[in-house]
Amino acid sequence: MTFAEWFPALLPEAILLIAALAILGIDIGLLRDAPAAFRLRLGAVIAVVACGAGIYTIVAGPLLHPMVGQVLLFDPLANGARVAILVLTAATILISTGGRMPGQPAEFLAVVLLSATGMSLMAASTNLLIAFVALELASLGLYILTGFDKRSPDSAEAGLKYFLFGGVSAACLLFGFSLIYGLSGSLYLPEISAVLSGMGFSPLLAVALVMVVVGFGFKIAAAPFHLWAPDAYQGAPVASAAFIASASKIAGVALFFRLFWSGLVPGVGTIWDFSGPPGWFVILGLLAAASLLLGNFAAIVQGNPRRLLAYSAIAHAGIMLLGVMIGGTAGTRPLLYYVITYAISTVGAFGVVAALEASGVGPRITDLAGLWRRSPVLAACLSIFILSLAGIPPLAGFFGKFFIFAGIFSADPGTPLFWLMVLAIVMSAVSLYYYLIVLKHALVVEAPEAQAPVPVSPAAVLTLVGLAAATIALGLTPSALLAFL
Amino acid sequence: MNALPWTIAISFAAAGLLLLLPRNAARAARLVALLAAIAGLGAAICGTMHLQNYGFNTLVHVPWLPQVGASFHLAADGITAVLTILTGLAATAGILFSWNIEKRPREFFALYLALIGGVYGVFLSADVLLLFAFYEIAIVPKYFLIALWGSTNREYGAMKLALYSFVGSAFVFIGILAAYAAAGGVGFGLHELAGATFARPFQLWAFPLVAFGFAVLAGLWPFHTWAPTGHVAAPTAASMLLAGVVMKLGAYGVLRVAIPIFPEGFQWWSGILAGLAVIGILYAGFVALVQKDLKFVIGYSSVSHMGFVMLGIAAATPRAVAGSVLQMFSHGVIAGLLFAVVGRMVYDRTHTRELSALPAMGLNRALPFAAVTFVIAGIASMGMPGFSGFPAELSILAGAWGTQPLLVLAAAAGIVLAAAFTLRAVHVTFYSGGLTAAPAHPFEPITLAEKCGAGLLIAATVVVGLHPDLLLDMIVPALNDPLMARMFAGGVQ
Repeated sequence: MTFAEWFPALLPEAILLIAALAILGIDIGLLRDAPAAFRLRLGAVIAVVACGAGIYTIVAGPLLHPMVGQVLLFDPLANGARVAILVLTAATILISTGGRMPGQPAEFLAVVLLSATGMSLMAASTNLLIAFVALELASLGLYILTGFDKRSPDSAEAGLKYFLFGGVSAACLLFGFSLIYGLSGSLYLPEISAVLSGMGFSPLLAVALVMVVVGFGFKIAAAPFHLWAPDAYQGAPVASAAFIASASKIAGVALFFRLFWSGLVPGVGTIWDFSGPPGWFVILGLLAAASLLLGNFAAIVQGNPRRLLAYSAIAHAGIMLLGVMIGGTAGTRPLLYYVITYAISTVGAFGVVAALEASGVGPRITDLAGLWRRSPVLAACLSIFILSLAGIPPLAGFFGKFFIFAGIFSADPGTPLFWLMVLAIVMSAVSLYYYLIVLKHALVVEAPEAQAPVPVSPAAVLTLVGLAAATIALGLTPSALLAFL
Repeated sequence: MNALPWTIAISFAAAGLLLLLPRNAARAARLVALLAAIAGLGAAICGTMHLQNYGFNTLVHVPWLPQVGASFHLAADGITAVLTILTGLAATAGILFSWNIEKRPREFFALYLALIGGVYGVFLSADVLLLFAFYEIAIVPKYFLIALWGSTNREYGAMKLALYSFVGSAFVFIGILAAYAAAGGVGFGLHELAGATFARPFQLWAFPLVAFGFAVLAGLWPFHTWAPTGHVAAPTAASMLLAGVVMKLGAYGVLRVAIPIFPEGFQWWSGILAGLAVIGILYAGFVALVQKDLKFVIGYSSVSHMGFVMLGIAAATPRAVAGSVLQMFSHGVIAGLLFAVVGRMVYDRTHTRELSALPAMGLNRALPFAAVTFVIAGIASMGMPGFSGFPAELSILAGAWGTQPLLVLAAAAGIVLAAAFTLRAVHVTFYSGGLTAAPAHPFEPITLAEKCGAGLLIAATVVVGLHPDLLLDMIVPALNDPLMARMFAGGVQ
C-alpha cells in the first residue's frame, strides 16, 4: 500500500493539522498587533471551514481502501464518530467565540484542532500503539484547554487535577496494553482476539482488562473514576468543558468499543458464569451501576450548573457502558446514536452557560432566575437541551435511551443486564427532578429585581439554535441519523 | 381524509404560533388559543361523524422508525372518538375560564395547547411507542402550568405530579420494551403486539408494570397522592384539564395498551385492580368529607370518581367497560365544571377557598350564577338521573355485579359518600350563610366567557345524561372490535 493510496483516508486529519498550523502561522506572522477579538474570529472561521471540509471528505464517498495497514480502519463506526467529532469541534469553536475571550485565541484554536485530530484517530485505530498515541494526542490537548484560563485559579486547579488523573489512568492503560501485547504478541486487535481466544484463564489477562477498564472509565467519566469531572467541568473555560464532555466522549466510546469487541471478545463472560477468560462484562456492569446511582443522586444536590452537568455526564456514562455491553448483538448503532445525541445536547447546554457567563450571569443555578425574560432565546434553547438530556420525547435524547434499552431487551432479557436497564430507567425518573429544577429557575422563577436583557452574540445564538434544531430534528426523525451510522 | 388527526396538528401548530406573538399580547393569545381549541373540538366532532364505523379505523399510517418497526399510526374507534370530543370540550371550556390570565399569557396558552396536543395524540395513537411519546409530551407542560400559574404550594404540587407521572411512565416503558422484545420483532403496532402470544408467566409480571404505571395517572389508590395536591396547586384551566382529560390518559392507557396486549395478565390482576379501585372510591370519599379547602374536596372527589372508571375496566364485562368510558366523559365534563366554579368563579374573586371563611361572604347572593352552576355540577357529580354521571355509574355497577358483587356493594356506598361530600361543599360554600345574607364585598360579576364555558359543559352533561345512547352507540361497537373484545373472558356477551 502506497502513500497515495492511504492518504485520502487520512485527509480529514490532514486538513485539521494544516488548519491548526495555518491559524498559528497567520496569527504569529500577520496579526501580532490586531485586537484579540479579530484574531479569535479569523481563527475560528479557518477552524470551522476546516471542520466542514473534513466532514465533506468523509461523507463524500466510500473509500477505496477502508483499511490502512493493520493500523486504522475506516468503518461506519469510525466514520460516524469522526463526523460527529468534527461537528462538535466546530460547535465548540463557535461557542468559544461567544464566551469569555481566551488569552491567546490562536493557540486555543490550534490546540482544539490538534486534540480533535487525536480524537478522530482514536475512533479509527485498530492498533494498540496508535490507539494510545491518538489518545494521548487528544488528552494532552484537553489538559492544556482545561487550564487555559491563566487568570483563573479554578482553571489551573481543574487543569492540574485533570492532568494528574489523566496521567495515572493513561499509565494504567499503557500498562494494560503492554500486558496484552506480552500475552498475545500482537498490537493488531483481530490478531489479539484470535490469540486470546485460544488461551485459558490468565491472571495477567485479568490485570490487563482491569487496567484497560480503568483507562476507559476515566475517559468517559464513569464512577468511580469520575472524580476529576466535576472540578474540570466547573473550572475549565466553558468551551473546553463542552469539548471534554462531547467530542472527547464520542472518541473514547468509539475507541473502547472497538477495543473490547474486536480485541477482547474472548474475554466476554456472563456475570455468574466465569467460563473462559475473565469477563470485562462484570466490571463494566459494576461501573455502569455505580455511575447511574452516583451520577443521578449527586446531581440532585448541585448548585452550580456546570457541576450538575458533570454529574449528569457521569449518569449518562452509565448508560453508555450499557451501550458498550450490548455491542455483541446490537452493534454500534444504538451506542453511537446515544453518545452523539447526548453530546449535541451537552454542548448546547454548555453553550448556554458560556453565553450567560460571558454576560456575567452565573455561576449558580439560582442565577438563572428570570432567564425567560432576560433572554427568551437562551431560555428556549436551554429547555430543549435539558429536556433532551432528561430523555423526554420527541427530543433526540429519548431515542438515544430507547435504542439502547431496546437493544438490551432484544439481546438478553432476564439477565443482570436487564436489571441494569431497569435501574437506568428508574434513575432517569430521578434525573427528571434535577433537570426540572434547572428549568424551574430558568423559566418559572422571577428575577430578584428587574434585570437587563442578556446580550448574546449572533454567532452564539446561531450555533445554539442550530444545535437545538438538530436535537428536535433527530428526535422527530430518528431513523435519518440511524440510517447513516 | 378524516379530520381527527387535525386535532393534534392544530394544537401543536397553535402552540408554536403563540410563541411568535409579542410578549404581552394577552388578547391575541387568548383569541388564538380559543380558536385553536374550538377548531380542535370541531375537528373531533367532524372526524367522528365521518368515521365509517365505530370499530377500528386507521387514519394515518406512515413509517416513522422502520429499524424497530414503529410507525406514525393514528387510528380511531368509538372510544377514541368519545375521548377526543371530551378533550375538545375541556380544552375550549378551560380557555374560556382562563380569560383573565394576565401573567405571561402567550406562554400559558402555548403550554396549554401543547398539553392538549399531547392528549389528542395519546388518544389517537395506534402505535405503542407513538402513544408513549405523546404521553410523555403531555407530562412536561403540566409541570410548568402548575409551577408558573398555580396557587397553594405550587412548586411542590408541580414537582410531585411530574415525578409521579414520570415514574409511572418509566414502568410503562419497561413493560412496553419487554413486550416488544418478547414478541420477537413484530414492531410496536398495537395490533401486532396484541396479536403476539405472550407466555402466561411473562404476562403476569408485564401487565402490572404497564397497567399500574398508567394507573398512576388515573389516580388509582394508593398511587393517587399526586392528584389532590396537583389539582389544588394548579391554575383553574390546568385543574380542569388534569381532572378532565389527563387522568383519563391513565385509564385509557390501561384499557387500550395494557389489557389488549396482556389479556391473561389482566385476568389474573383484575380482582386486585378492582379492589384498589373500590378502596380509592371509599377512601377518597371519606377524605373529601373532612377537607377544609374547597378545592381539596373536588380533588379527592376526582380520585373517587376515577375509582369508578377503574372498577368498570377491571370488571371486564362489556356493560361495565362501556360505563367506564362513559364515566370518563362524564367525569371529565363535571370535574371541569366543579373546578371552574371553585377556581375561577369563587377563588379568583374571594381569594380564599377555606370552607370556614366562605360562608361569611354570602356567595349565593353575590355570585348567583356561580351558585346555580355549582348546584348543577354537584347534582351531576352525585350521579343524579338526568345528568351524564347517572347512566355511567349505573352501567358500571350493573356491569360489574356479575363479576365483583361484593365490590359493587362497597362502591355503591361510595355514591352515598359522594352525595355527602358534595352536598356539604355546596351547602357550606353557598348557602350556610343563610339565604338572605348580604354580600360582604361587591365581587366582579361573572363574565360572559365564564358563562359560555359553564353553559358548554352543562349542556354536555345534560345531553349525555338524557340521551346516553349518543355516546354508547359509539362505545359499544368499539368494544366489539377484536382488539378490545379480547379483554372479556369468553368473548362478547
